[in-house]
Amino acid sequence: MVEGRIVARRGLGLRLWLSGGWLCFIAIAAIFAPWLSPQDPLAQDLFTSRLPPFWVDGAEAGFPLGSDSLGRDVLSRVIYGARTALIVAVTAGTLTCLIGATLGLLAGYFRGWIDLIVSRLIEIWMAFPPVLFAILLIAVLGTGLWSIVIAIVVIDWTRFARVVRAETMNQSVMDYVSSAQVAGRTRMGTLLTEILPNVLATIVTLLTLEMGIAVIVEAILSFVNLSISTDAPTWGGMIAEGRTSIHQAWWVLVVPLVALFLTVLSFSQLGEGLKDRFDPVLR
Amino acid sequence: MNTLLKVRNLSARLRNGPALLRSVSFDVAAGEVRGLVGESGAGKSMIGKAILGTLPRAIQISGGEVWLDGEDLLQLTNAQLRQRIGEKGALIPQDPLTALNPSRRIGPQITDRLVHILKWRRSDAEARARELLGEVHIPDPERVVRSYPHELSGGMRQRILIATAFAAEPKLIIADEPTTALDVVVQKQILKLIKEMQTRHGTALVFVTHDLGVVSKICQTLSILYAGKVIEDTDVRDFFKGPSHAYAAALLAATPKFTDPESSLMPVPQSVIEAVREEVAAFDRGEA
Amino acid sequence: MTDALFEIKDLYLSLPELARKPLVGAAPRIEILKGLSFDIPRGEVLGIVGGSGSGKSTLGRALLRLLEPTGGSIHFGGKDITHLSEDLLRPERQQFQMIFQDPMSSLNPRRRIGGIIGGPLRLHGIDNVSERIDEALDHVGLPQEFRERYPHELSGGQRQRVGIARAIALRPDFILADEIVSGLDVSSQAQVLNLLEELVKRLGLTLAFISHDLSVIRRLCTRIIVMHEGKIVENAETGALFEHPASAYSKELLAAIPLPDPDQVWA
Repeated sequence: MVEGRIVARRGLGLRLWLSGGWLCFIAIAAIFAPWLSPQDPLAQDLFTSRLPPFWVDGAEAGFPLGSDSLGRDVLSRVIYGARTALIVAVTAGTLTCLIGATLGLLAGYFRGWIDLIVSRLIEIWMAFPPVLFAILLIAVLGTGLWSIVIAIVVIDWTRFARVVRAETMNQSVMDYVSSAQVAGRTRMGTLLTEILPNVLATIVTLLTLEMGIAVIVEAILSFVNLSISTDAPTWGGMIAEGRTSIHQAWWVLVVPLVALFLTVLSFSQLGEGLKDRFDPVLR
Repeated sequence: MNTLLKVRNLSARLRNGPALLRSVSFDVAAGEVRGLVGESGAGKSMIGKAILGTLPRAIQISGGEVWLDGEDLLQLTNAQLRQRIGEKGALIPQDPLTALNPSRRIGPQITDRLVHILKWRRSDAEARARELLGEVHIPDPERVVRSYPHELSGGMRQRILIATAFAAEPKLIIADEPTTALDVVVQKQILKLIKEMQTRHGTALVFVTHDLGVVSKICQTLSILYAGKVIEDTDVRDFFKGPSHAYAAALLAATPKFTDPESSLMPVPQSVIEAVREEVAAFDRGEA
Repeated sequence: MTDALFEIKDLYLSLPELARKPLVGAAPRIEILKGLSFDIPRGEVLGIVGGSGSGKSTLGRALLRLLEPTGGSIHFGGKDITHLSEDLLRPERQQFQMIFQDPMSSLNPRRRIGGIIGGPLRLHGIDNVSERIDEALDHVGLPQEFRERYPHELSGGQRQRVGIARAIALRPDFILADEIVSGLDVSSQAQVLNLLEELVKRLGLTLAFISHDLSVIRRLCTRIIVMHEGKIVENAETGALFEHPASAYSKELLAAIPLPDPDQVWA
């Protein structure tokens, strides 16, 4: 235990800075996309198709990360793709968290019939293959940004509910909970003021993890052409298009892939770093 | 009597951190029971772990020697140490509830060491396990070797752990607070059992505990520790007649003794704690 | 009879054994308390002693109505609290408080000491919370600076003092102390027991002290109840219990205590 604490402390600063830094960078790119993009992300021009990135011979100014087979600027498309990715990450992540964590807290603390319902729902949910479930939902809801958000929330709330319920049950048997009861605190008051602060670190870790997962799910759905309208740039859509020209223009695939990878990694690392910050023992 | 275990100037520290053991020395003769006594943080369990080579990786042995049966354990490679401890040493752990693997039957858990380190034939080892269970007064050993830990009571599991420790006829057993998790009635049975087994097998015992009452029942010699430093090393009878170190005396006075309610359970005076802290600080200055 | 703070009559309590709950229907129940009757007079320091599984902690939790009895009755200050709902019980709770065994898990790790002691005071609508926190800290011999600390920054003995401060801050009539020294080092054990002894005298408290160890409570308690397998096997004045234990189990319990004395006959 001693060892774990020391290691956690040492790794904390850099991890938090790097992941936070990358996410800020992506957020700025997403917000200021119209001003930051060198080109119109949708402008096609066959004369500028498959231009390589700037460090490879044959690159052209104005297309720093090259262009795809339709002559669209890869950098601009990645920047606009960040918009979709972040909107999905933040809204889907937050909504999933609110719904799942609330159900988990209530089920874990009050037990009884609410736990019975939540637990059975989780078990039923887990028996569905998630990707098929998502595709089915999109088919029903139709494509579009909000369909994706709804699909992620509907599928992934169980992740929060399960973990938060277990952690709430762990905390509920602690004597500080009995002590709140002896002091005369109401059941709901105990849940919100005594237990929630102790479960919050877990919730925050899950939230950031979920944001990363939302980015991936959006990319997968784009990849199978079920995301938002086909002409709005998304990372998943770019990867799907890049796949067809991997031998002629690898950058069309690799650039969005790197952006995706770093963003998802940063979300999970941010969660780990924040968890330690939340712990008064480590702080 | 010949010395079996000789610990000399054993020091340990947290990696890049404070000292945890400060030049600990003591001897244990063959067949002797030595108590290591101290409050939490005194380093008493750590000494046992250092001897058995089971210290957590965050703790580093920074000096000293641990001679067992004429061989310095600290000079051995990990593989050699495992072999040597497997032949000559054993542990009776504190918590009978977590020390047995819940998903394995009792029998193989007793015979593990015989089969894997001493290369006994499995049938011989199993016969030995049943014999040992009889020795620790477990009725129906045939049934118990086929049981899983959760089917047995806490006291029963502690008996099994004792049988396991004696299985390979070790020369030295480290008992790490073996009765702390038990209530007094069961504690008495277990202590008597350990004493009986230890006498019968002639095993040397290092008995780690915080309870001077327990020490007076089972140990012949004892080392009192404070902050990883031995502050008194003495014979048990001499100690209970009158400890020589002020902190050791205060510890004895703080121990409950219901036959003497007015002069037991005395708080340790602040001056005594400050004096022993200063002693440790002076030692650290001398070393630096 | 008239000055009894607690009157316990024929108390039964059973708990569901969740590990053996069948898929459909209720879990089987195990009877933990089997018909206990005793009084706790105002001003008494009562020891409740027994081995593991004797039901002593369950009894404690039933007295404070953290658990609801399945039979019999508990009267506190003349009022029947046996089946009182949590809402009706809440105003009464100010009168009976508890100190827990494990000071680490009973202090919320995310709160400062000031908040831990002050929380119950605010709940009961007490005005001068800050002075009351200072007063409680003062009673247990901790400096005011501790208000800003977190539980993990304290030693075991200091944490248990905070637990005591939280219990006395509400100025209750009755305090239940559940194995409060069994996790402490001997040196802090003596200090916490002495503190409790002093507070009982100074504040005129009625105290029930649960312990598995008879030897720590001789000086503190005026009367002792010995429990075994959910029943009271002996209820006697402290001196009488130690000198002439009546029940076989009390004798066994006394004989098992290892005195710090190599000459003790310990057969």
